[in-house]
Amino acid sequence: MTSVEFRKDIFADERDDTLKEIGKPTIRQDILGHVTGRTRYFDDHLFDGLLHMRAVRSPHHHARIRRIDTDAAGRMPGVRRVVTARDVPVNLNTLLSLINFGRDDEPLCAHDKVRYLGETVAWIIADTERQARDAVAAVRVEYELLPHVLDVEEALKPGAPVVNEVYPNNTFDYHDKYDHQKLRFGDVNAGFARADHIVEAEYQMSPIEQAPIETCGAIAAPEQNGRFVCHTNTQALFFSLGTTAKLLNIASSRLHFIGGTAGGGFGGKVDSIVEPTAVLGAMLTGKPVKFAWDRYEEMQVGAPRGGERWRIKDGVMRDGRIVARQFTGFFDSGAYMRLSPYAIIKGTGHLPGPYSIPNVSSNVYCVVTNRTPATAMRGFGITAVDFSIECHMDRVAEVVGMNPIDLRILNAYRDGDMKAHRRRAKNTALIECCQVAAGKADWAISPDSAAASSLRGGGVGERGEIPETVTDDEGRVGERRAGRTADTAPATRGTGRIAAGQASAAVGAVPVQNPDMEIEVERIGHRIAAAQGAPAAAPRATAPGTATPPRADTPAYAPPPAYAPPPAAPPASAAPPPPGSYQPDQPFSRGVNRPGTSRFLSGTRRR
Amino acid sequence: MMAGIPLTFLLNGAEIGVFVDPGANLLDVLRRGAGDLTPKQGCAQGGCGSCTVLIDGAPHLACLTLAQNVAGRRIDTTAALATGPDLHPLQQAFMEGFAAQCGFCTAGMLMAAKALLDRVPDPSRDEVIEAISGNLCRCTGYEPIVDAILTASARMQGRSA
Repeated sequence: MTSVEFRKDIFADERDDTLKEIGKPTIRQDILGHVTGRTRYFDDHLFDGLLHMRAVRSPHHHARIRRIDTDAAGRMPGVRRVVTARDVPVNLNTLLSLINFGRDDEPLCAHDKVRYLGETVAWIIADTERQARDAVAAVRVEYELLPHVLDVEEALKPGAPVVNEVYPNNTFDYHDKYDHQKLRFGDVNAGFARADHIVEAEYQMSPIEQAPIETCGAIAAPEQNGRFVCHTNTQALFFSLGTTAKLLNIASSRLHFIGGTAGGGFGGKVDSIVEPTAVLGAMLTGKPVKFAWDRYEEMQVGAPRGGERWRIKDGVMRDGRIVARQFTGFFDSGAYMRLSPYAIIKGTGHLPGPYSIPNVSSNVYCVVTNRTPATAMRGFGITAVDFSIECHMDRVAEVVGMNPIDLRILNAYRDGDMKAHRRRAKNTALIECCQVAAGKADWAISPDSAAASSLRGGGVGERGEIPETVTDDEGRVGERRAGRTADTAPATRGTGRIAAGQASAAVGAVPVQNPDMEIEVERIGHRIAAAQGAPAAAPRATAPGTATPPRADTPAYAPPPAYAPPPAAPPASAAPPPPGSYQPDQPFSRGVNRPGTSRFLSGTRRR
Repeated sequence: MMAGIPLTFLLNGAEIGVFVDPGANLLDVLRRGAGDLTPKQGCAQGGCGSCTVLIDGAPHLACLTLAQNVAGRRIDTTAALATGPDLHPLQQAFMEGFAAQCGFCTAGMLMAAKALLDRVPDPSRDEVIEAISGNLCRCTGYEPIVDAILTASARMQGRSA
């Protein structure tokens, strides 16, 4: 048994926990079922007359579907039903439409073209799995091959094939305005100009498959009361239920989802594909239907953590102080968006890592390619950039000839420091972690590093201030594909400025989230913030640029009001899009396609 | 659909008779035919070990075993590992040592471990690692599993763990 040492002396006044659970074996509440084999996973629910559903999958990365001939397959022994895109009531969705984020961009079953290898083009439902597999092999699909793109930067070039017509620039359109997520804090170019060294490097992380031992699957069956029961191993039961209701155009009250037991997931079981498919099968046949991926499908079609490429450019002084840091990031979303745009917003909030750097700039691109769509996996959006940042810290230490732990302690956030996304750092502990780690590794650190503390020196002078920030308007939606913006790195010339200390205005220029994601307090009946006149509510409602600057004496750790009402005046993104921006011409004949305004459509919810 | 060939074997000590399709694998016959749901299907290609059962005491992958080959033989699964209300020492040790998280690989792990302890009551750590080398786990990182098997072995030998 590994021994655990507690350092309760550190930040003892900031917490009252006793940590009495850590380091001791805990009896899991579900373990008796596991060791006796009685835990019921989705496939341990037996149904008489269970039918088996298998998908016909694209052998190509990118191809137009000319014709699907299922006649021979339909006549094969045991085949009960051939299912195609025409059978899906609302064959267009994006996962985060349930929280009003992004455009519907992904069919459950491809019909006009396939955008990644393994995409579903039809399904077969048969008495046995073997019969279903045999019939799948008998489906003839005529494809017209299209050029494909598998690299994020290739996909941004003007001549690159358009993968997904809903995002014709091959990028997610952030705030309906830019083809990347911006972060601007201070003036990086001024920082580079006064730095003694410039350190640049590129890092890349491959896609990673979650590979749970139990593959994604679901069994759906009609119940006697007009409902459908669905046993599933989803990691997000109500997400899957809502997605199924939307795709199948069925009231969510008619869906009885049973889950909670997954044979591993790690993020790979949130995409809600097997559930609507199995319920569709049960609706079309009136029988219990199982739809589960085999191991090949889990590895090829199951959405991985997306591949990422990051370039970091640091301006560093001789003494090791980093005075400017610039990021260019490319996130490989694959053929459809799913959770990737959100992962980038999360990752951008994380920059520039746990360090106080007075000038930070970042462009992150969520790129559509002909790869398997990416999804959640264990800290996705954070892991690759953290890996890159820490590799880069070592590189910087080498360039300035400094002990890498001393370099980290010198630049580490301390309590009260202003972060690049304009929140104050609190409960910081990197310095103490470095000190303890150095001690454990017998790694000598300087007396200054040994004496440093997260609780001292933070928020002093420029460390605690929002600097004057240089802004730019480069990378507007569509410009890059039109060949007018070749460079993906943050702009070298600023075109605007935000005065120092302007948190609200700066956030207006670099929105941290889609206003659609705000809690709809009025809809759910809460008027707490408005009734009590929470101080933050008023500035939020004013137009960007006219917001009241935060008071200098604002308490460092003032929590935001619990329920801020949505802005009274709709933000700019709700206005008609500027001329020249992308407006889709309804490429899909079925489903819903309202850019930026997708709504949960099960009939009863939403405005 | 199980039209076909009659098959009898001993499942956890009881004689079982089922009709199987020619070509059916033992895993499907155990789960669908005999109703023993403890062996799990993780890959159906012999890669993960979740379907490990004992055939005449030796660990086998049920997904790669032709069902007809077990005619008249003895199959043991996790369903009968506990005797009455008492857990097997392996189960007890897995439970106390946090040797399972999602639990999907656990039944196969227990069978691989039981086969080892039946053959080598006091194995070395390396022998334990070798014995479960065909069983994949994505959650625990294996160390608690190896620890639990060694704990169970010690207890069965009358030593304290």
